[in-house]
Amino acid sequence: MGLLRMLKNDKGGQIFLGVLVATLIAVPILHALPTDHPLHLSTYMVTLLGKYLTYALLAVAVDLVWGYLGILSLGHAAFFALGGYAMGMYLMRQIGERGVYGDPVLPDFMVFLNWTELPWFWHGFDMFWFAILMAMCLPGLLALVFGWLAFRSRVTGVYLSIITQALTYALMLAFFRNEMGFGGNNGLTDFKDILGFSLQDDGVRVGLFIASGLMLGLGYLACRVIIQSRLGRVAVAIRDAEDRTRFIGYRVERVKLAIFTFSAMLAGIAGALYVPQVGIINPSEFQPLNSIEVVVWVAMGGRATLYGAVIGAIGVNYAKTWFTGAFPDAWLFALGALFVFVTLFLPRGIAGLFKHSLLRKRAKV
Amino acid sequence: MKSGLLQRDRVFDFMTPKKVEGLDLKHGTVLYMEDVSVTFEGFKAINQLNFYLNTGELRCVIGPNGAGKTTMMDIITGKTRPDTGSCWFGQKYNLLQMDEPEIAQIGIGRKFQKPTVFEQHTVFENLELAMAGPKTIWSTFVAKLNGEQRDQLDQILAMICLTEEHSRLAGLLSHGQKQWLEIGMLLMQNPLMLLVDEPAAGMTHQEMDRTVDLLTSLAGNHSIVVVEHDMEFVRALNSRVTVLHQGAVLMEGSMDAVQKDERVVEVYLGQ
Amino acid sequence: MRILTIIFLGLWLNSAYAAKVNTGDALLDAAFDTLLGRDFVAKEQALNAIAQSGHAKADVLIQGVLAGNLKLEKQSRRLVFAEKQGRQFLATDALNGDVLGEFKKRKLKKFAINNKLRRFIRDLIATQNLKSPDPGLRLRAVQVMLANPAAEHAARVEPLIHAETDEVVKSTMQRVIALSHLNADDPKLRLRAIHQVSGSLDPSVRNQLADLTAKDASPEVKAAAARALAQIDRRIAWFGHLETLFFGISAGSVLVLAAIGLAITFGVMGVINMAHGELIMLGAYTTYLIQLVLPDLPGLSVLLAIPAAFAVSGLVGIGIERGVIRFLYGRPLETLLATFGISLILQQLARTLISPQNVPVSNPDFMSGLWQINSVFALTYNRLYIILFCLLVFAALFFVLKRTRLGLEVRAVSQNRTMARAMGVRSARVDALTFGLGSGIAGVAGVALSQLTNVGPNLGQAYIVDSFMVVVFGGVGNLWGTLVGGLSLGIANKFMEPWVGAVMAKILILVLVILFIQKRPRGLFPQKGRATEH
Repeated sequence: MGLLRMLKNDKGGQIFLGVLVATLIAVPILHALPTDHPLHLSTYMVTLLGKYLTYALLAVAVDLVWGYLGILSLGHAAFFALGGYAMGMYLMRQIGERGVYGDPVLPDFMVFLNWTELPWFWHGFDMFWFAILMAMCLPGLLALVFGWLAFRSRVTGVYLSIITQALTYALMLAFFRNEMGFGGNNGLTDFKDILGFSLQDDGVRVGLFIASGLMLGLGYLACRVIIQSRLGRVAVAIRDAEDRTRFIGYRVERVKLAIFTFSAMLAGIAGALYVPQVGIINPSEFQPLNSIEVVVWVAMGGRATLYGAVIGAIGVNYAKTWFTGAFPDAWLFALGALFVFVTLFLPRGIAGLFKHSLLRKRAKV
Repeated sequence: MKSGLLQRDRVFDFMTPKKVEGLDLKHGTVLYMEDVSVTFEGFKAINQLNFYLNTGELRCVIGPNGAGKTTMMDIITGKTRPDTGSCWFGQKYNLLQMDEPEIAQIGIGRKFQKPTVFEQHTVFENLELAMAGPKTIWSTFVAKLNGEQRDQLDQILAMICLTEEHSRLAGLLSHGQKQWLEIGMLLMQNPLMLLVDEPAAGMTHQEMDRTVDLLTSLAGNHSIVVVEHDMEFVRALNSRVTVLHQGAVLMEGSMDAVQKDERVVEVYLGQ
Repeated sequence: MRILTIIFLGLWLNSAYAAKVNTGDALLDAAFDTLLGRDFVAKEQALNAIAQSGHAKADVLIQGVLAGNLKLEKQSRRLVFAEKQGRQFLATDALNGDVLGEFKKRKLKKFAINNKLRRFIRDLIATQNLKSPDPGLRLRAVQVMLANPAAEHAARVEPLIHAETDEVVKSTMQRVIALSHLNADDPKLRLRAIHQVSGSLDPSVRNQLADLTAKDASPEVKAAAARALAQIDRRIAWFGHLETLFFGISAGSVLVLAAIGLAITFGVMGVINMAHGELIMLGAYTTYLIQLVLPDLPGLSVLLAIPAAFAVSGLVGIGIERGVIRFLYGRPLETLLATFGISLILQQLARTLISPQNVPVSNPDFMSGLWQINSVFALTYNRLYIILFCLLVFAALFFVLKRTRLGLEVRAVSQNRTMARAMGVRSARVDALTFGLGSGIAGVAGVALSQLTNVGPNLGQAYIVDSFMVVVFGGVGNLWGTLVGGLSLGIANKFMEPWVGAVMAKILILVLVILFIQKRPRGLFPQKGRATEH
């Protein structure tokens, strides 16, 4: 009941959730069809869709802070990657003796570096629940510490964007170092199984796809709950007139910190779901480009709508997959042009167009 | 509608400010500013300012541009920290050690020179956000309007004549309406002391009259500082006037006395 | 072992034959006869006699004795230079150069020398060279002495030092004397020498002092040497810091160059230009292209590249401003995104049109080499030029902004656009020119970077984060802030590097800047005033 009431004024959200549920039902069925059936969906496609869904969740997290709180974070790729690394560490530990060097505890790259003992921060990651917890808590903790420092001293706007980018850049450099104990350049890869099931198994692939879809739905609803509450209205108030919000007695810093941290945790979950599907996590996920790309998905789909972020993430990534297959050199041209086009001609994104036409229809009636 | 709400003999319960815990007003003075100085890059915006406000008093502050009126409000509300001096709210609260939200929470409300409302929120939501009450994250997250609060909102809406517009986006209001909305938000906070910066700017004569009525009716229960350029408006408020010049108090007195004072005339008309 | 064998062999042969040398010069004959003998003291005297004989071939002969290829042909008793050819030796007359044909080994007799004699000969040659009219030879001679310090050097050099005209040779001679006194037998002399050399940065002095500290007989000398050694080490460490400082300043200059264009577009205009790095990249590629046209003139092409890169990047910058940014004024976050898109396009253009790989850019001659200030401290010219270039660019920019009409208009527009417009400033034109100026400077920075790092499509990306850090750290809207900020970040980086490694130093710097911005959100040199408060 509460759910329906919440979505009452969220036409786009209703449609989005409807489509999501339909997809989650349809994809496993289409996949189960015999391979020669024209509607059969290959495992590759299922995994691709699952990857898109994790991107969509990341985009929703970015839209929450950018669209509603006015913080243009160029650091969400870092939260995503940290979540991914947490999951990657679990998957690494699951390899066990099947690694090239056959060490029961140490992952291959540690044996290669002549390490004899598991570093302290790798302990516990053999347990799935712990890895999932860390996939949420590590990005959350980073966001909490960074946000506490930044918001307290009232770093806002472009400054904040730039230092979030610097943070991500610093993390990238750090993870490139072998001494960090995260596989350096190559990152973590060659995963074998998750929760005892082989990652190569079709059923596991479908399972991961469904998990991604469910988390996207849940993440969307959680963000919706925040936005519909008075806290969400305070967030928008901060976005539009930060000082005024302070003068009517709200602790702007804490509101920002809470929502930013929550958003980072969502990004971490998205990263944790992403890694088992693509089978690798390495420091290039921290690239500044990645963070900014997410922002463009959101801008493309339409900020401050949440479902727009989903449209943007899936749309842009589908285009990316298609381009890199058909014209590999042209992708960066297209992406660059998209950045310019969206900011100049589509400031409210696709969702904005949609809303606009909706309003006009209403006006006619 | 408007006249009824502004009748002096009717006092709405929400217009009686809530008790601020520990605020000791037995000396009859609600605001003390002593020896306050602020320098911006060599420029003394506030220079050894002394300013006292009595409980329940309505005070107008006038002065030429750059006299330090807005800076004074910035100091009281915690936006600007003075280099020297002290600033106390009652006997208990040292305003110089508190930040903006804390100061707002102990009952000091402020209306900005340029009307600032939350443009992407409706009029109703603007007032709801400003409503007095706990403003921690969790309480904000779970907050729901109860009937009493809804009534209070409706009353204020009526008082600022925006009942019709309650679900319009605040960004779509006219300049005068925004001024009223901001005053409404100030009232929703139910503060003990109000700092009102140029309330009459962009208002029609009628609206101005209503503002005067409102402010004078609030005085007594609230302490009010009004900064204004419009002398007619100040005269209509019929209160004590403080003249600021170059960051310090030039003189204090009734409007008549002020207007007769040679120094004030000189300051306003130029040497 | 081999030497011993030779000596033994020499002795044995000597006892077997008592052949006399016949060169036609009595003095040489006597001397070389002695050299065939066993008395090594006499041999030294004989060599001395040869050296001082004034004979035209004296030097060559002595060299031959040292090298071991001067031999006595037993039959004709002539001195020959023997060169091994298969199992035989090809002999040429040492005095007139006639080829005498091949000889069996046993037909030739060596002049036996030992290690002590070998050193003696070397010194002898050096002393001979000391008197050479060629200052280059003289310098080499004293340097040989420096490298093999010995007590007797002093006596050899001292008589010559007053007549020496070349300053470098003279000062090296003084060092030789001091060094040789360190080896003197008299401990007092050694003490005085230690006193004289204290503070010298000469590595041979340091080695000698270390030797004395370790094993000198006199405890007094030992202690003095230890003190002198410590002092030298302190000076070396000090110069080490100076060198780090120099590295830091040059690294900082690179940062300043990269950031200063940004300081204009971001600081003065408030525009976030994420394509700034790619404008730097364009400048670097311009250098590359000009070098393609003028492959034989790397120096000229680099000089030409400076105005060319300014023009290329500046025009591209104006294009970006007119085409995109001007529609986004007042929307900084959107500007950030749009310019990032442009940066992607420019990068990909470089990949598609030129190459996805790095391209080679050569350094002109005047950029390579060292300025050796003393034996432990040298400045490389390329770093030195970068520092100078950075200061030059800074000064030029400062001049443009403070002393020209354009600068005045830029400052006016940046402070109050509406008012400037009301005063007749064409703000659109000023915006375009300012952006062009900032972009052009980025291009010039690219020329400088092409001389230091790899030129490739990713060049810009590597600098964009650093550049923003510099501007933000120094304080937006303040050129001095950029200069001080860039230099201090460069210096801090270089001082941290030895402790934690290059990558970690970079990370730490980023983290420190992030923390610093928390403390002072407006940077080192904030723009003050009431205007920024609202």
